[in-house]
Amino acid sequence: MAKSYLNTTQNEVYSADTVINKKDSKLVLANMIWVILALVIGGTAGALQTFVRSGYFELPLGIGYYQILTLHGVILALVLTFFFIVGFQTAAVSRSMGGLTDGERKAGWIGFWLMTIGVLMAAAMILTNQASVLYTFYAPLQAHGLFYVGLTLVIVGTWIATGAQTKRYFRWRKQNPGQKTPTIAYFVAINNVMWYVCTIGVAASALTQLIPWSFGLIDTVNVKLTRTLFWYFGHALVYFWLLPAYMVWYAVLPKIIGVKGFSDKLARLSFVLFLFFSIPVGIHHQLVEPGIDAFWKGLQVVLTFMVIVPSLITAFSLFASFETYGRKKGATGLFDWFKKLPWNDSRFVLPFVGMLFFVPGGIGGIINASGQMNQVVHNTIWVVGHFHITVGAPVVLTYFGAMMFLLPHLVGGKMTKLTNSLGLWLAYTWALGMGIMSFAMHLAGLKGAPRRSTFSEYGGHELAQEWISYQLLQAIGGSFLLIAIIIAFFAFFLSLRTPKSDTVEEFPIARFMDDGDAPLAWVENWRLLIIITIFLVVIAYTVPVSQIFTENIPGSPGFKAW
Amino acid sequence: MHKYEKIWLSFGTGALILFLVILGISAVHQGHSPAASGIETINPDHVRDDERFKEPGLYESKEEGFDYDLYMVASMFRYEPTEVEIPKGSRVRVMVTTPDVIHGFEVAKTNINMMAEPGLISKYHTTFNKEGEFLVVCNEYCGTGHTDMTSVIKVVGSEE
Repeated sequence: MAKSYLNTTQNEVYSADTVINKKDSKLVLANMIWVILALVIGGTAGALQTFVRSGYFELPLGIGYYQILTLHGVILALVLTFFFIVGFQTAAVSRSMGGLTDGERKAGWIGFWLMTIGVLMAAAMILTNQASVLYTFYAPLQAHGLFYVGLTLVIVGTWIATGAQTKRYFRWRKQNPGQKTPTIAYFVAINNVMWYVCTIGVAASALTQLIPWSFGLIDTVNVKLTRTLFWYFGHALVYFWLLPAYMVWYAVLPKIIGVKGFSDKLARLSFVLFLFFSIPVGIHHQLVEPGIDAFWKGLQVVLTFMVIVPSLITAFSLFASFETYGRKKGATGLFDWFKKLPWNDSRFVLPFVGMLFFVPGGIGGIINASGQMNQVVHNTIWVVGHFHITVGAPVVLTYFGAMMFLLPHLVGGKMTKLTNSLGLWLAYTWALGMGIMSFAMHLAGLKGAPRRSTFSEYGGHELAQEWISYQLLQAIGGSFLLIAIIIAFFAFFLSLRTPKSDTVEEFPIARFMDDGDAPLAWVENWRLLIIITIFLVVIAYTVPVSQIFTENIPGSPGFKAW
Repeated sequence: MHKYEKIWLSFGTGALILFLVILGISAVHQGHSPAASGIETINPDHVRDDERFKEPGLYESKEEGFDYDLYMVASMFRYEPTEVEIPKGSRVRVMVTTPDVIHGFEVAKTNINMMAEPGLISKYHTTFNKEGEFLVVCNEYCGTGHTDMTSVIKVVGSEE
C-alpha cells in the first residue's frame, strides 16, 4: 500500500491543497522576477545577434557584437538558470517537506542578494565594455576584475541559497526517521551536492588565478589550469540546468496529466548516475586542444558516455507514464495515446515540446562527445545549435511550464484561461523559432561555419557565402524567438498579477507506481554517494591536472582584445 | 523490474557498449586519437625567436613517414603564413601555436580542427588528398578582429 505521508506542517505531500507558505513564496517570487527580467534582456540580445549575422543589420551606438554575445551568455546561461533553479528548488522542498525555518529562509535571502549584487557588478562591467570575454571567460583574455568578483559572488550566493534547501532536506530526514523522502526533494539534494562538488573548480580558478591576475597581484595566469578547472565545472553546470527540468518531468508532469510516475526507484537511480557522471567528464569539451594526453581525453569520453544509461531510463519512464495516460483515456493501438495527451494544457505542452527537442539534442550530445566526430564539429556553429536544442529548448521550456503553475500558486490564485493560452502560444512559437534557428546552425556547422563569430565574408571566400545563407535562416528563427519572448513576458507578467482566489493553483506532486515499496537505503547514503563521486573525479583528473604543473607550461599576461 | 524496463535498459546499455567499441576501434586500430593531444611547450613571449616558428610556413620534414612540416602562428588577428601551397598527397605534420590569446585553427571542409593555446604547440598529422583552396578560420573568440583571421591552404596537383 502506498503510504500517504505528511510533510512536517502536517499537510499531505500529494494533496492538491498543500500550499507553500507566504514567507517562502515571497523568496521564490523574488527569484522568479529575475528569471523574467533575464529572459527579456538575454533573449533580446540573442535575437539581435542573429540579425547582425544576417548581414542586414548593424548594432547602434557603438555596441559591440561580442559585448551583447557576452551579455546573452551570462544573462541566460548563468542568471536566468541560477535564479530559476534556486527559486524552483526552494519551492519544491517547501512544498513537499514543509516550510523553511526562519534561519533557512534568511539564508535563502542572503543567497538571493549576493547573487543580485554579483549579477549587477558583472552586468556593469559588460555594459561599460570592460568584460567582452563571453560567458566562458577564457584566459588570457582579461576582463575587469569586478566581472570575476561579480560572478564569484553569484556562485557563493547559490551555495548559500541551495544550502538552505539542503538543510531543509536533512532536517526532514531527522524528523521522519526511516521514511522515504519525497522524490522531488531527493532530486533537489542530488542536484545541490553535484553543484557543491563541481563549483569548487570554478571557484578555485577565480580565487587563485583570475581575480588576483585581473587586479595585478600576479603577472601571469596558467591558461591550461583555468580552462581545465572551468570545464571541470562547465559540464556539471549543464546538468545543474537540466536536473530541475528532470524534476518536473519525473515528479510533477505525471500528476498534471493525472497518472502515477512510472517508478520512483528508477527515477532516483537515474539521478544518482547523473551525480556520478556529470563531473569527471569535462575534458570532452577540450578534446582538440594541446596540453592533455590522448589517454585522459579517451577516458573522459568513456565516462561521458555513461550518461546514456540514465538518459534512456528517463525517456522510458516518462513515455511510460504518457502512454498510461493515453490508454486510460481509451487509446488503442501503438501510437493512438499520443493524440490523447492534454494538448490544451500549457503546463503539459511546454515541457512536452521541450522533451521532443531533447531527442535530437541527446543524439547530438553523443556525437559531440565522440572524440573523432568532435573534431569535425568542434567550435563550429553546430555546437551552438546543439545547446540551443538542449538548454535552449528542453530545459527552458520546462522552466516555463513550471512557471505556468508556480507563479499563480505563489501569489495565491488560479492559472487563468488567458495565461494558459499564452503558454500554449509560447510553446509553439518558441519551438518554431528554435527549430529553424538550431537546424540552420547544425547544417552550417557541418559545413565548417565557426561559432562565436560576427558577420564576415572571410575575404570573399565562396564557402563564407554559403554560411551566410544559413545565417539568414537563423535570423528568421531569431525573429520568431523574439516574438516568443514577448509572449512569455506577458504570460508571466499576467501570472504574477493573477487575482487571489479561495482555491490556489496546485503545485502538482506525483505519486509513483511503486510508492508502496520499501525505500532503497543506499540511494540516500550520502557518504557513499559523495565518496564515489569524488573517487571518479580523482581518477579522471589527477594526472591531467598534475601534468599542468609538472610540465612547466609558461604563464600568460592578460590581453584586452576588444 | 518490469519486463519492458529490462528490455529497454539492456538496449540502452547495449547501445552504450556498441558506441564505445566503435570509438575504441577507431582510436586504437585506425589511429584516430584526438587532435593536438600531448604536451609540448613553447614560451609565448618568444614564439618568433623559437627555431621552430621563426619563419612559419611549409618545410620538408626530417621526420620519418612525413613529407612536410607545416608551421603556423595564430595571433590577434591573423595567421602566418596567410597562404601556403601543399602538393597533393603530402603527408604533413601541422604545428600551430600562438603568442597571445587562445585561437582556433580550423581548415574548413577538412578534419583539421584544433585549438591553439599560449605556451603549447598543437600538432596534427594528416594527408592532403583533395585538391582545392581550403579556408582556414579561427573558431574560438579571440577579440574584435576574430573573424578577420584567415589563411588559405592550396592543395595543388603534382606537375608530372
